[in-house]
Amino acid sequence: MDKGLAGIYENLVKYLLGIVAVTSVLILLLIFYFLIREGAGLFSHVSLPGFIFGTEWLPDAEPPRFGALPLITGSLVVTTGAGIIAISIGIGIAVFLAEVAPRSVREVAKAVIELLAGIPSVVYGFLGLTVLAPLIKDMLNLPSALCAFTASIVLGIMALPTVVSISEDALDAVPREYREASLALGATKWETTWRIVVPSARSGLLAASMLGLGRAIGETMAVLMVAGNATLIPHSIFDPVRTITADIAAEMGETVHGGLHYQALFGLGIVLFSITFFINMVTDIVFARTSSKRGAS
Amino acid sequence: MPAAKRLKEQLGFSALAVLTCLAIVPVLAIVGMLAWKGWPALTWEFLTQPPRKFLTQGGIFPAIVGTLGLTTGTILIALPLGIGTAIYLVEYAGKNIFTRVIRLAIINLAGVPSVVYGLFGLGLFVLTLKLGRSLAAGALTLGFLTLPIIISTAEEALLAVPDDYRHASLALGATKWQTIRRIVLPAALPSMITGAILGISRAAGETAPIMFTAAAIYIPSLPSSVRDQVMALPYHLYAVATEVPNVPDHMAFGAALVLLAIVSGMNLIAVAIRTRMRLKRMR
Repeated sequence: MDKGLAGIYENLVKYLLGIVAVTSVLILLLIFYFLIREGAGLFSHVSLPGFIFGTEWLPDAEPPRFGALPLITGSLVVTTGAGIIAISIGIGIAVFLAEVAPRSVREVAKAVIELLAGIPSVVYGFLGLTVLAPLIKDMLNLPSALCAFTASIVLGIMALPTVVSISEDALDAVPREYREASLALGATKWETTWRIVVPSARSGLLAASMLGLGRAIGETMAVLMVAGNATLIPHSIFDPVRTITADIAAEMGETVHGGLHYQALFGLGIVLFSITFFINMVTDIVFARTSSKRGAS
Repeated sequence: MPAAKRLKEQLGFSALAVLTCLAIVPVLAIVGMLAWKGWPALTWEFLTQPPRKFLTQGGIFPAIVGTLGLTTGTILIALPLGIGTAIYLVEYAGKNIFTRVIRLAIINLAGVPSVVYGLFGLGLFVLTLKLGRSLAAGALTLGFLTLPIIISTAEEALLAVPDDYRHASLALGATKWQTIRRIVLPAALPSMITGAILGISRAAGETAPIMFTAAAIYIPSLPSSVRDQVMALPYHLYAVATEVPNVPDHMAFGAALVLLAIVSGMNLIAVAIRTRMRLKRMR
């Protein structure tokens, strides 16, 4: 091939790949654009504060009322519950796997956790509905176990693999010298783990927790199936709730395209997108700080 | 070491071990129960026949075909875009604002909830591009949802190829693209495949994104074009578990088991490929 032609070909490939790489930016912008475009009409009917702090979600009433607070509360309650479960247990497991477990146990456990991460959310929802909920109902003597409590457990289990694997990576990245120095000074392994290793890995552990929460708040099918689906502000964790995600999934089928209800569901999409966008940006900043610190030292 | 401290340490670590077992074993037990309860439903008829009498009889063949169709579409969309992006980021991109913006976009895409992808797919593909609820609209939505996973795993695979390979090839007079195509890509291929399978198995199990874009509860006939609505296993499972009355228990468990087998089967293949590579490298 002629040298000049080859050069053109090389550049062509480079620019083509550059264009491909821009697709991601384009998709993100398009998601944002479509949420706004389809949802904007709602706000000529309800004000933004009225939408976010309104306590009545009655899309079929006359006139319909779109106050998203019960759904936002539902999401927050379930995500908090799931977060407590996934973060405390997840970091415990990660510490065990990274610091104590023999290599073979560690490899097997990691493979199992990866398989658990791959189970579709609708299967978790199905098992929560058919196996876990009856069990909880009998154990706690509840009229119905389809409530925030059960949803938190299911979501917690679902977010666990994310928390474990990222936490484990973070603990693994703590330099061995830290441990050796601590042990050489006479600290026990237990003291070294909790006073040296865990604090050194804290930004990684924080990022793991944030991503776990992000996973939980965006989860749809499992909560739709086990949370009980009441669009009321819950008074206890044993009340049925409906999350933002579940509401979109449950109601989109019955809306008229372009109608007020349809716009309201896109409005919920904007709320959800904003929450996860915020979580991702914070996580990214935490991560960036960790890596630049590591690079500097 | 003082006895009290040793006792505390042993108790502490034992507690963590127990915690690990307590967290993993019940989940495995429940999954095992799914296999136990779903197994009797898995007859030849169940796997190869269309449903009858509004899902209460017959099989789940159209749902299996629909899921395979959606998965194939996802591969066709996410793989070229994902691998192309990864090649650009690893081999060409400079440290500038352009690259930073692309990376931020990918991180955020990875965090967008699947139901929001569903809304997006409904707005763009189903309504604006007038694809309607169809195999094509669902596959496009799932493809975009999978893209960030494919990009990040492909990127890792490319980064793991030693720079010596690139330098040796360039020193022999190969151009940059020749080096990438003939040296870097083949070396990175196995781990790329692993990542791609993991990403695509996620897409195969997704429900929320296809609810508004592709899936229907009851279509006994197979799709004849990409413009057709399809049944899909995850949505089918949701429907028989919650919306459709009088579906026998074993049929729901059977559908769940088939879905789990497809998704976990893909994951197992991916993990096996990776484990083999790791062992090879250790030798």
